[in-house]
Amino acid sequence: MANTISSVPFAGTKEQEKELLEVVKKHKGQQGALMPIMQEAQGIYGYLPIEVQKIIARELEVSLEEVYGVATFYSQFSLNPKGQYKISVCLGTACYVKGSGDVYDKLQETLKIKGGECTPDGKFSLEACRCIGACGLAPVLTVNDDVYGRLIVDDVPGILAKYMD
Amino acid sequence: MYRSHVLVCGGTGCTSSGSERIVSALEKEIKASNLEEEVKVIKTGCFGLCALGPIMIIYPEGAFYSMVKVEDIPEIVSEHLVKGRIVTRLLYQETVKDDTIKSLNHTQFYAKQKRVALRNCGVIDPENINEYIGMDGYMALGKVLSEMTPEDVVKCVTDSGLRGRGGGGFPTGRKWSFAAAQPKGQKYVCCNADEGDPGAFMDRSVLEGDPHVVIEAMAIAGYAIGANQGYIYVRAEYPIAVKRLQIAINQARENGLLGKNILGSDFDFDLELRLGAGAFVCGEETALMTSIEGKRGEPRPRPPFPAVKGLFGKPTVLNNVETYANIPQIILKGADWFAAMGTEKSKGTKVFALGGKIHNTGLVEVPMGTTLREIIEEIGGGIPNGKKFKAAQTGGPSGGCIPAEHLDIPIDYDNLIAIGSMMGSGGLIVMDEDTCMVDIAKFFLEFTVDESCGKCTPCRIGTKRLYEILDKITKGKATMEDLDKMEELCYHIKANSLCGLGQTAPNPVLSTLHYFRDEYIAHIVDKKCPAGVCKALLSYVIDENKCKGCTLCAKVCPAGAIEGSVKVAHKIDTKKCLKCGACIEKCRFGAIMKK
Repeated sequence: MANTISSVPFAGTKEQEKELLEVVKKHKGQQGALMPIMQEAQGIYGYLPIEVQKIIARELEVSLEEVYGVATFYSQFSLNPKGQYKISVCLGTACYVKGSGDVYDKLQETLKIKGGECTPDGKFSLEACRCIGACGLAPVLTVNDDVYGRLIVDDVPGILAKYMD
Repeated sequence: MYRSHVLVCGGTGCTSSGSERIVSALEKEIKASNLEEEVKVIKTGCFGLCALGPIMIIYPEGAFYSMVKVEDIPEIVSEHLVKGRIVTRLLYQETVKDDTIKSLNHTQFYAKQKRVALRNCGVIDPENINEYIGMDGYMALGKVLSEMTPEDVVKCVTDSGLRGRGGGGFPTGRKWSFAAAQPKGQKYVCCNADEGDPGAFMDRSVLEGDPHVVIEAMAIAGYAIGANQGYIYVRAEYPIAVKRLQIAINQARENGLLGKNILGSDFDFDLELRLGAGAFVCGEETALMTSIEGKRGEPRPRPPFPAVKGLFGKPTVLNNVETYANIPQIILKGADWFAAMGTEKSKGTKVFALGGKIHNTGLVEVPMGTTLREIIEEIGGGIPNGKKFKAAQTGGPSGGCIPAEHLDIPIDYDNLIAIGSMMGSGGLIVMDEDTCMVDIAKFFLEFTVDESCGKCTPCRIGTKRLYEILDKITKGKATMEDLDKMEELCYHIKANSLCGLGQTAPNPVLSTLHYFRDEYIAHIVDKKCPAGVCKALLSYVIDENKCKGCTLCAKVCPAGAIEGSVKVAHKIDTKKCLKCGACIEKCRFGAIMKK
């Protein structure tokens, strides 16, 4: 949950804002509307920069503090943009006892970034996740929607190579 | 009418190993062979034997194909579906006996299982309400609405002895009776589908394989307590489950099984999905409800209990997915049927997600009272690579590690607590001699530090300090006093934390300390990690017999720690060695080892 304010300049478009306002309109008045709105907002922008949080706060007539509080509480919400390829290594117990920690270390070493970060060219971002439920394939990692299972550390370079075009 | 049905597992495990591609290949081949009118392909929920995925069963023969590849499909279609010859070579070999196939129920993995909560998983198409109805689906709701009073329903659930499957084990019927006793007015029914224990996936499998059972059970709960609105709080990380739940809710509405005047009665009930956003603490009931309200998911002190003051301040019943999955059958078959299974105080069955160092990873459902040894050695097929069993971890970050000496204890809620672990939601991770118990305790504490919501001090700061001591131990920098301090801290955190997360967070430490104290001492006193896991405690050594004296390692060593001349075995000065591993990567003879 190491969220910080993003250093990447905000580049939201008018279309995105229009879409967001539609989402707010759809949920406004519903009990507990804030989280569904934020989830859909993250779907629109890919992340939740402070600019987007401000729009949500203004439209829902709640304080920015409340929106920011929720954004930083849940690990699903990201204040930083994600890479073109999002790599998630499962560090659930089943994967961990089968060596996913070593796979995670190898990725940090190869990509020269820490978990939660994005490579400077915006290509890869890396994160650890807790159990995607594919324990039968442990250890597992995902790159966007592709799942790689029964991994060993030496598989890492080959997997990365597939996305290096 | 179709003459053959091909069931392909569409659960997350098999989807991850490519079952979607299998389905498309099948449909293509079947079309090419003009069998569309005769053979039906159905994507089901989880069969349980995830280790052998993707899994496919062809009926009426019941042929169980495992680890199916796209390349196998043309042969399976042309041989099995066209010519009627089972491709024995591709079957799960345990089902093949003298050229005939035996029923799955007689294989080692399934023989001891009893499927109650999972009964429809891997059997029906979860996206088709008619298949659920065909398996007596919504019969229980019909029975409740036409023949039973709300009091009858509560009594039936109470008499069955069903206890909460989310981990706490609170009697479900009693929970319902508290909420039912509240004055009439707005009440809610919630479902906890925020399966947070890393390594547990039974709730996900029920939602993916049999979503209607949860909907039906929640409607029954609504009738019993007098609620007309329900919420299912499900992890956003389970996209397949979310999708199938939404489809199921829509189908139930279209069929008049949700909404106004259900089945012609005067009972109204509707459901809404809410997605979690990745916070383990939201598995705690008060935190979950706060999260549905759209706030930071922090727990609050109890009482008042949710049955009195829950979601949006109204009386609320909250149960776990697996608990709900038992309800319709309890109503249909009666409390006595359910109470006849299990042990004296834990009735029915329990689903376990079997993972880690075990042959048959997957989902198993067994009667309460089955021993760990039966689950691990018989159903699970034992430990791979001839390694020795060290411990089984149950209850995830709230539970503990159970050593070999307790393998024969019948599993139920109370027995597990007595040996320092807990049932939890049913994650069961097997560990072998290569697993370091200190490292595992540290792994869980890292998890709780990360997931502590920060509201109360014992949990927020206590778990962090606990983690730091464990970190010191794994680095060989701790003293025996640290061990005492750690133990004392554990009891303080347990006694003073606000919610279940903090109260149980020290369990992984306490249980490993209790059963594997010698491993802790080896780290502290001998500065050794017996399992060879903790990197800081390993030293690099060169096997003199394997070393050819090529000098590569000495050249690559950044610390100048390797000495030796050409064609003479080299040596590592462990005092200078940084343990960077560069030499191991360079060595072409596999002569360098970590010990």
